[in-house]
Amino acid sequence: MSWLDKILPSRIRASKKKQSSVPEGLWHKCSNCEAVIYRAEYEKNFNICPKCNHHGRISARKRIDIFLDKNNREELFVNILPKDVLNFKDKEKYKDKLSTTQEKTGEKDALVAFKGNLKNMPVIVCCFEYSFFGGSMGSVVGEKFSRSAKLCVETKSPLICFSASGGARMQESLFSLFQMAKTSSALNELASKQLPFISVLTDPTMGGVSASLAMLGDINIAEPNALIGFAGPRVIEQTVGEKLPEGFQKSEFLKKHGSIDIIANRMEHRSIISNILNTFTQN
Amino acid sequence: MAEYNPNYLDFEQSLLKIEDKINTLSNSTDKNESTLSQISKLKENFESETIKIFKNLSDWQISQLARHPLRPYTLDYIEHLFTDFTELHGDRMYGDDPAIITGIAKIDNLDFMFIGHQKGRDAKEKVHRNFGMPKPEGYRKAHRIMQLAEKFNLPLVTFIDTPGAYPGIDAESRNQSQAIAQNLYTMSNLKVPIISIIIGEGGSGGALAIGIGDKIAMLEYSIYSVISPEGCASILWKDAKKAATAAEALCITSSKLLNFNLIDSIIPEPVGGAHRDYVAMSSALKINLTNMLEEVKLKNINDLILQRKNKIEDYGDYNVDENS
Ligand SMILES: [Zn+2]
Repeated sequence: MSWLDKILPSRIRASKKKQSSVPEGLWHKCSNCEAVIYRAEYEKNFNICPKCNHHGRISARKRIDIFLDKNNREELFVNILPKDVLNFKDKEKYKDKLSTTQEKTGEKDALVAFKGNLKNMPVIVCCFEYSFFGGSMGSVVGEKFSRSAKLCVETKSPLICFSASGGARMQESLFSLFQMAKTSSALNELASKQLPFISVLTDPTMGGVSASLAMLGDINIAEPNALIGFAGPRVIEQTVGEKLPEGFQKSEFLKKHGSIDIIANRMEHRSIISNILNTFTQN
Repeated sequence: MAEYNPNYLDFEQSLLKIEDKINTLSNSTDKNESTLSQISKLKENFESETIKIFKNLSDWQISQLARHPLRPYTLDYIEHLFTDFTELHGDRMYGDDPAIITGIAKIDNLDFMFIGHQKGRDAKEKVHRNFGMPKPEGYRKAHRIMQLAEKFNLPLVTFIDTPGAYPGIDAESRNQSQAIAQNLYTMSNLKVPIISIIIGEGGSGGALAIGIGDKIAMLEYSIYSVISPEGCASILWKDAKKAATAAEALCITSSKLLNFNLIDSIIPEPVGGAHRDYVAMSSALKINLTNMLEEVKLKNINDLILQRKNKIEDYGDYNVDENS
């Protein structure tokens, strides 16, 4: 169980458990409408349920692949690797968990950064990999994000970040908390050069990531039905001792409460963001 | 030993026994020479036992001290430390959050703007202060104070003491995340000196939201963590009772964080902790705070901001693969 699953209310977890009764591999069962879809069809549809438009999680690389133009892509800062500064050990060593996760996911840490083009405009894109420690932000995520922002200043490019994260990486303790300061500070530089930052919040964007870079977009865009918030629903339920309202902390709830600008389908991101950037950077 | 005495934590019970003996002797009606010498001996015992206990505190014991029910809170320091204080209320948008106190402050001839978390002492006050857990309106009130500090060129001082930002339906509805993020963004670029002192509990993003500074100091027995030891234990150890183990693993004490260069200095506490002697603690805090204020005042503001930004950029540790 990922640690985000741990913070979800029990009823959400219960409904998630049911999924596992569908055999892995050939079929995908939509976690929202429970429709059983041919996996190849689901993946061809960029992990969006063709029946109910539920936006399933998607890997950072696949998302970047959909988002950027096919030509002139280059991955950035691949030499930045995680380090177990605290010698952290819970039931297992952080060091060991890092290597098994790296093996399992093929990623070095939870943020993938690329430079490339969006409809011929040079941009820099960061994308959280949720399958890597729940997309949690530690030193590597903070450093890659901060370097991306710096590169934007050097190359006068806009920055786009797709968030999918449970929050700060506990195993890196205060180092990870301070990445909230680091990523927020980096965005000041971007703003001083009038370079746009577009934040796309996807399911889920929580905790320290939500409360730093993800909420600091000039424009905040959310995918439909994404869980977005500071505290996890289970923690809130325990604290206030009452049932959470329907749709609480979902994109639509946030839009209604004035927290985000736009809810946009995954397949519209290219055109919406490209239009915004063209308008913002013409002068 | 009758009921639980909040004055003494579980690891201080030997002190309680000595104090009980002292009290019994002091209350006896016929006090002769030998009782008096017994009392003074017991008092010496008390001192040496305290020193012995406090020499080898575990990280979990320090966490308990940081959250001690008698530990001085922001309002206590305002009373003991500030020469003058005008409290300012409200975020101008929604409400006034009692979990964060803000205002215009003075120590001797030093003027500054002030932001501090406030916990409650008794049951009623605890509820009123929401256990020191701010809502978005608290962080937005703080943001307003940051902007006032910049506008009128006054240094900003913040005191941190919170279990964390409030996890509630109302707080989320008013975008707790944005309220915190906005402060991080503003503080990292604020054009006046900022001094931030962790006086008790530095609980995650709720603490950091008023905690970016040119000088970050911790009181000796305060803690600063990305998650509470209990929260970490229940997620990673799947057992909230492993909090002591988690506290150790998380490296949340002032001495460990100074070693990692994540804070700038430690302010020593009186023997037995800040709650044993408010006056001594306040004067130690005063000396440290005024020194820091004098020091940052001398610096060119552009240099100071550049230093702050470089410091923030240096947060974090990672490996660099030379082959790729
Ligand atoms: Zn569906």
